[in-house]
Amino acid sequence: MTDLTSLTIAEARAGLASKSFTATELTDAHLAAMEAARLLNAYILETPDRAREMAKAADARIAKGEGGPLAGIPLGIKDLFATRDIRTTACSKILGDFKPPYESTITSQLWRDGAVLLGKLNNDEFAMGSSNETSCFGPVVNPWRREGSNTHLVPGGSSGGSASAVAASLCMGATATDTGGSIRQPAAFTATVGIKPTYGRCSRWGIVAFASSLDQAGPIARTVRDSAILMRSMAGHDPKDTTSVDIAVPDYEASIGKSVKGMRIGIPKEYRLDGMPAEIEKLWKDGADWLKAAGAELVEVSLPHTKYALPAYYIVAPAEASSNLARYDGVRYGLREGGRNIIDMYESTRAAGFGAEVRRRVMIGTYVLSAGYYDAYYLRAQKVRTLIKKDFEDCFAKGVNAILTPATPSAAFGVGEKGGADPVEMYLNDIFTVTVNMAGLPGIAVPSGMDAQGLPLGLQLIGRPFDEETLFSLGEVIEQAAGRFTPSKWW
Amino acid sequence: MSVDATTVRRIAHLARIAVSDTEVPHLQGELNAMLAFVEQLSEVNVEGVEPMTSVTPMEMKKRLDVVNDGEIADDIVANAPDTADHFFMVPKVVE
Repeated sequence: MTDLTSLTIAEARAGLASKSFTATELTDAHLAAMEAARLLNAYILETPDRAREMAKAADARIAKGEGGPLAGIPLGIKDLFATRDIRTTACSKILGDFKPPYESTITSQLWRDGAVLLGKLNNDEFAMGSSNETSCFGPVVNPWRREGSNTHLVPGGSSGGSASAVAASLCMGATATDTGGSIRQPAAFTATVGIKPTYGRCSRWGIVAFASSLDQAGPIARTVRDSAILMRSMAGHDPKDTTSVDIAVPDYEASIGKSVKGMRIGIPKEYRLDGMPAEIEKLWKDGADWLKAAGAELVEVSLPHTKYALPAYYIVAPAEASSNLARYDGVRYGLREGGRNIIDMYESTRAAGFGAEVRRRVMIGTYVLSAGYYDAYYLRAQKVRTLIKKDFEDCFAKGVNAILTPATPSAAFGVGEKGGADPVEMYLNDIFTVTVNMAGLPGIAVPSGMDAQGLPLGLQLIGRPFDEETLFSLGEVIEQAAGRFTPSKWW
Repeated sequence: MSVDATTVRRIAHLARIAVSDTEVPHLQGELNAMLAFVEQLSEVNVEGVEPMTSVTPMEMKKRLDVVNDGEIADDIVANAPDTADHFFMVPKVVE
C-alpha cells in the first residue's frame, strides 16, 4: 500500500469514498509520521485520542453515506485558533495553559465538514514574526535543507508550524493566518500552497487577535486544488464577526482547470527591487511565460506606493496589537505574576509573559498611539494605506484580473541568521506580501521553482476583492507548469 | 524622530510592561531602528487623503439589542489564575 500520508486531500477523499482505506487508517498513518518528526517541532500539542475519536466518527458517517466534504481528512490547526477544551496559547507564555471553553468559527466549520484534528501547530508568538523563531515553544525546522548541508532552516512565519507540517506530510492541510504575509511567506519557503483570502471572507471569531484590520485566516495545503477544497469549508459569513462579509461561498474547486485565456495579468514594476537575486527574476519571468502560454495577456502595471506599505504596516499593525494585547493582564486567564499592587501585578505579568518581539511591537504601538504622536504616525499611516489600496483599484479598473509577483525576496534562511541586531532585517521578508493585507485583497503563493541551493521559491498572485476563484485558476496553471516539489525525508 | 531613555520608560509604563534599567538601552536602540524605518512615510503627500477606517466598503452590521448568551459563569472563570465565588481576585485596588 502506498504511504497514506503522501496523498493529496483530493486523492484521500477518493480513496475514502472507494473504501480503499478507512479514515482511522489515514489518521493513524499521520499520527505515526508526527511521532517520527518531533525534531521539526511543527506540532506543539498532539491530540491522538481526539484524532482517533474523530476519525472513527468520520468512518461511521462515510459508511452511512453521510460523510461531509472533508470527511476523515486529518488536519493540523495553528495554535492561534481556539479549540474547545484543548490548550490554545498563540505560542505565548502569557496564555499559559489556556483551554478555551469555545471553538473558533473556522475550526467548527472544518469539524462540521468531517475533518479530523491531529494537533496544534507552532507559530510565532501572537503571529508576530517571519521565521517562527519567536514562539515560546522554540523554532520550527523547515523540512527543506540546502543541498549538501545539514543546517536547520526556518520554515518562515508566522504560520511556520503549518507550512512545515504540510510540507513534511504530517497533516494533509493546515489552518493558518496572515497579517502581513504569514500564510504566503512560509508557503513559499516550504513549497506548499497558501492562500490569504479577501479580508472578510473568513470569520476571525475565536482566532487570537493580532491586528484586527489586517488579520485573515486561510489554508496551507500541498496543491492548489487542496487549498481550494479547504477554503470552501473555512469561508463563510459569521454573525459573530461584524467584519465577515455576507456573500455566498462559491465552489472554489470548480475554478481548478478553468481556462485563463484572455485574462490580463499585471506585472508591477515597483516589485523589481534593486539587487534582486537573478533566480527570483528568472522565477518571475517563468511564471509570466507559463501564464502567457495558457492564453493570458501580460501587462506592465504601476503600484507607486508599494515601498511605503511595509513602513505603514509597522505602524498600523503594532498599534492594533498594542490595543488587542491589552487584555493579557493576569486577571481573567493565563499567566499571573505577583505584585505589590495591581499595576505592579500587570507590569510583572506582562514582562514575564511576552517575548522580546511582542514586547517590542506592543511598545512601538503604544508610542504611535500616544498623545502628541497619533497624527504624525498612526493617522499618516492610515492615509498611506488609503493610497496603497487606491493603487490596486486603479490597476483593476484598467481591466487587470490579477497581479503576478515573487512571494518572497529570497529562499528560506538559517535558524538564528536574521534579525539579531536590527528587527527591520527580518521585517523585509514581507516586502512583497504586506501590500495585500494593507489593501485587504486575496493573495495566493504557489511553489514555482528552486534556487541554486535546491531550496523552493514561490510566486504570488494578487486578486480582486472576493475573486479568490481567479487565483485558484491561475495558481493551477503555475502548478501544472512548475510541477510539485517534495522534500526528501531526513528527519 | 527618536526616543530617549526616559521616553522608553514612559512607553513601557503606558504599555504596562515592567522594564529593568539594564534593558532600557537595548530597547531604545530597537525602537529607534523601527522609528527610523517608518520615517520614510513623511515623504508621502497625504494632503486631502482620507485615512482608511475599513478596508472593505461595508456598513457596520448591527444586531438586535437583546441578550443572546449568558449563564456561563463557570466557563468565564475557568481559566482565571485566582477566583472566588465566580469573582476574579486581584490585589487590593482601593485602600
